[in-house]
Amino acid sequence: MNKLQTAAEAIASIRSGMTIGVGGWGPRRKPMALVRELMRSDATDLTVVAYGGADVGMLCASGKVKKVIFAFVSLDFMPLEPGFRVARQSGAIEVLEIDEGMMLQGLRAASWRIPFIPTNVGLGTDVVARNPELKVIDSPYDDKEWVAMPALKLDVALVHATRCDERGVCEIASPDVYMDDLFARAAQHTIVSCDEIVPTDHFADPAVARSVFWERCHTQSVVHIPGGAHPSSSDPLYGFDVKHFKAYGEAVGAGEFDAYVDAHVRGKTEQDYQAAVGGLDAIQALPLPAY
Amino acid sequence: MSEVASSYSLAELMVVAASRVFDNEGEVLATGIGLLPRLAASLAMSTTNPDLMMTDSQSFLLSKPNPVSGVKSHAGQANETWLGFRAVFDNVWSGKRHAMVGPSQIDRFGQANISALGGTYQQPKVQLLGVRGFPGNSISHGNSFFVPKHSTRVFVEGECDVVGSIGYNPNRLPKGYCLDDIDVRTVITDLCVMDFSGPNHQMRIVSLHPDVTEQEVRDNTGFELAVVDNLGVTPGPTVEQLAIIAELDPLNARAKQLKDNPPGERRG
Repeated sequence: MNKLQTAAEAIASIRSGMTIGVGGWGPRRKPMALVRELMRSDATDLTVVAYGGADVGMLCASGKVKKVIFAFVSLDFMPLEPGFRVARQSGAIEVLEIDEGMMLQGLRAASWRIPFIPTNVGLGTDVVARNPELKVIDSPYDDKEWVAMPALKLDVALVHATRCDERGVCEIASPDVYMDDLFARAAQHTIVSCDEIVPTDHFADPAVARSVFWERCHTQSVVHIPGGAHPSSSDPLYGFDVKHFKAYGEAVGAGEFDAYVDAHVRGKTEQDYQAAVGGLDAIQALPLPAY
Repeated sequence: MSEVASSYSLAELMVVAASRVFDNEGEVLATGIGLLPRLAASLAMSTTNPDLMMTDSQSFLLSKPNPVSGVKSHAGQANETWLGFRAVFDNVWSGKRHAMVGPSQIDRFGQANISALGGTYQQPKVQLLGVRGFPGNSISHGNSFFVPKHSTRVFVEGECDVVGSIGYNPNRLPKGYCLDDIDVRTVITDLCVMDFSGPNHQMRIVSLHPDVTEQEVRDNTGFELAVVDNLGVTPGPTVEQLAIIAELDPLNARAKQLKDNPPGERRG
């Protein structure tokens, strides 16, 4: 089976009103080239589920988003994500604000095809008090109440891997897979962008096979885009682009996100985009952050 | 015990005070969010409680904490265990953790907010981070707060605008819980150290930093505080502690964390 597609072919599967999960974490290993392709598409009214960074911010600022399911949207070194902040403060989007761990539980429930996972997380807080769609239930085994964290079923998941073969075997060489495997498993259809395409025998090394966190039946589409996580990182290949994130933040702050989109996304190819940010070599030379 | 240093910064005093919350915690994950809390946890692991566990702020537990400044790469660090984010949740839910966080708002119940300020839930005036891991942390393990600027903006008169973590609030207590199930520990500010061991878990002044008065603390807090008997002064760093802090923060990033880097003894 050959699952290789162009970004445009892959993103054509996303239609208005769908629920889209995005892998990665904050400024790290986000499938940003796929996000840019989604910004170019006609799809609107999306529900986005993510450990959010500029993926969420840019989709919100592009008017693609009806609802965000989130625990945070942040670029870490820039704690407040600019596009998301504007969308929230203008009341433009609906939200389901949950704990980081509840998102894991919701994706896990969807991947296991069960309706909810019971948890104490969220009790006593506004996560439960302000979100009537989160139900609190009695336990058959004790006298406490528990939050029934609902399954977060995804129509499509977007994930960025380090390396894939054309059959959809995906290596995450970064030190943390985050919840990417759960996003892939919770989705009907998973699109994976990757920095490198490798032959299947690349995975024969047990150490490499241990860096594969979901089996290929959960990957429907593979898109080869070297540098495709930019401006987020793809550890160990490149770090995130602090300068670019700042320029994006300044554009949003000045009410000029449209100019950012004109310069980087609208009517541009990924090659145009990479040329505008200094070229693939410059992306691949971005240092990994250390704290 | 080595002697108390003759001069030290307020940031260093706060780090030493904050490190004490980890002294008797045993073998738990110590998570300090922000440079000074992380320095406090690192100091505790390097001195009073070598059984503590700390991460590299990314994906690994370390047998020895990384310096909080001057680290250019994670290569060569003292990894001992993989602890990616999902494993952090496993740790959180096991209860084997003590986190020190810096909320934007804290109320009289010890509930905290890093999510949003003002406006409505649907349209906040200021969107902050989101609740992040506060709900799960607060119901799973001990939590302490670090407040660089003690003011009525942080210690709010009413409830937090968004209640992100569970506290000692009888009106929000889940079925089957009692207030003693909640575990909000210590609050370190630029004025004092507090806890929640007043009557009915009221927030309580435990010690005042040098040259700070009880009235100053009350004037900058939006609600009534209890106070310990025999209210004393927060002990300053020892010479030995300052030397270890300097090793853990070789570029003196701690000097940039509080406005104008005030001395520990303000009228000294």
